[in-house]
Amino acid sequence: MNRWGLLACQVLVAVVAIGLWHLLSTVPVFGRILLPPFFFSTPVDVFDQVVAWFSSGMIWKHLGITLLESLLAFVIGSGLGVLIGFWFARQPRLAAIFDPYVKMANALPRVVLAPIFALWLGLGIWSKVALGVTLVFFIVFFNVYQGVKEVSPAVLANGRMLGMSERQLMRHVFWPSALSWMFSSLHTSVGFAVVGAVVGEYLGAAAGLGYVIQQAEGTFDVAGVFAGMFVLSVFVVAIDVLVTVVEKRLLVWKPVAGDARG
Amino acid sequence: MQAGEVATSTAVALDDATVAFGVAAGRVYTAVERASLRVADGEFVAIVGPTGCGKSTLLNVAAGLLQPASGSVRIFDQPLQGLNRQAGYLFQADALFPWKTARDNVAIGLEIAGIARYEAAERAQGWLDAVGLGAFANRYPHMLSGGQRKRVALAQVLICDPKILLMDEPFGPLDAQTRQVMGNLLLDLWTRDRKAVLFVTHDLEEAIALADRVVIMSAGPGSRIIGDWPVSLPRPRDIFEVRLDKAFHALHRDIWNVLKDEVMKTYAQAGGAA
Repeated sequence: MNRWGLLACQVLVAVVAIGLWHLLSTVPVFGRILLPPFFFSTPVDVFDQVVAWFSSGMIWKHLGITLLESLLAFVIGSGLGVLIGFWFARQPRLAAIFDPYVKMANALPRVVLAPIFALWLGLGIWSKVALGVTLVFFIVFFNVYQGVKEVSPAVLANGRMLGMSERQLMRHVFWPSALSWMFSSLHTSVGFAVVGAVVGEYLGAAAGLGYVIQQAEGTFDVAGVFAGMFVLSVFVVAIDVLVTVVEKRLLVWKPVAGDARG
Repeated sequence: MQAGEVATSTAVALDDATVAFGVAAGRVYTAVERASLRVADGEFVAIVGPTGCGKSTLLNVAAGLLQPASGSVRIFDQPLQGLNRQAGYLFQADALFPWKTARDNVAIGLEIAGIARYEAAERAQGWLDAVGLGAFANRYPHMLSGGQRKRVALAQVLICDPKILLMDEPFGPLDAQTRQVMGNLLLDLWTRDRKAVLFVTHDLEEAIALADRVVIMSAGPGSRIIGDWPVSLPRPRDIFEVRLDKAFHALHRDIWNVLKDEVMKTYAQAGGAA
């Protein structure tokens, strides 16, 4: 299938889904409306709501807040993950001591931390950033740890034989290897940064997309909830496209799966 | 050092070197037992032996990557401590840095030695030209074929101008034609500036075609050096043609008679274990 054919099919799926939703929520079937607008709203109402948000400009503030929280969570979480992942990988004894605690912390569903963070850090952006950090940190941490551990022994020995000092090995061997693992998890970690921000907002905030959705829900405004979800998914897709561009630039040296030459 | 002394100085001297690994609590696997080997400066020595006989172990001892349990290692008459800084090592596995381009891979040895980036890059380009990859300088290793990667690895080692070249089945993963082309390239580069070479291979023909001396190791564990043949075929050699030489065949037959028994022992052990 060529590019345009694929695009046409993808659009068709949306058209059919929205068309069905519209029909079932407005046209009675055997005297009953199958999707009552009170619970399911209608595509037109949701669309009107989205347009109203953007034309009044109120949504930009919330988008901005969510973006800021996600960004901070990503940067702080990644920074800590890289630092501690590197440190643990180079100090096996330290890693062994902390191993059960790292596993325990990672096993904890992060949502339960949200009320505690709200208590500690207030209802502003920092409680959401903290929640995002706890999500991003573990993904980056495990990847960097793995990346440093799994440096090919031949590449490492080669570096040594070429005369690299410990510091030079760090710079030319361990660091690039760890970064490549971190970047390969970029999609997941950025996604989790957004999840942390939105869930945090949903559970208690004064601004942000999660807050908008939660407010709509509180007033049984289903069109508002769906509109919020729609804006959120477009936001996430936009970020994902950006990440793909960054990834392509940074991992230019990596073979595409199935393209390795013998 | 004076010109007259160069021919007699010993680049690598292993004396009664025994290498053992602890495999489990209290159990020790002796890979190489009391091996003695001398490589003169400018001499090309090939080590041949059956699979798993500890050829690479011996090479790693000469590189300083492994310490012998007993015996001594001397490099240019100095006892070896830590890594062998006079040696370049060409690995069997892919050991290029995958995140560096071919040029940066070749330049890295100079950069580490503190040579300015642009100068290192320029000299790296010269070496890539020398191994026939001048047009591939900006490719990453995964964009190169196996043979091309070996050329880059060769340039990466030679640019540092080591006095000793240690090669661990460097052309092992390549196909037969590429191996011959690489062999000729190696001989060509080596003839320009004779370094001491210790070349490990399981391919007897390759060993005779390349080397001044062929050393045979017995089957492991506890491999010993059991034979040492000088190769008096004239240089410069062409790997394609030297194989047709009568003297080549005679030597091959002599050495194979010894090597064959060791190869059979290895297979018998493998069969017994299976």
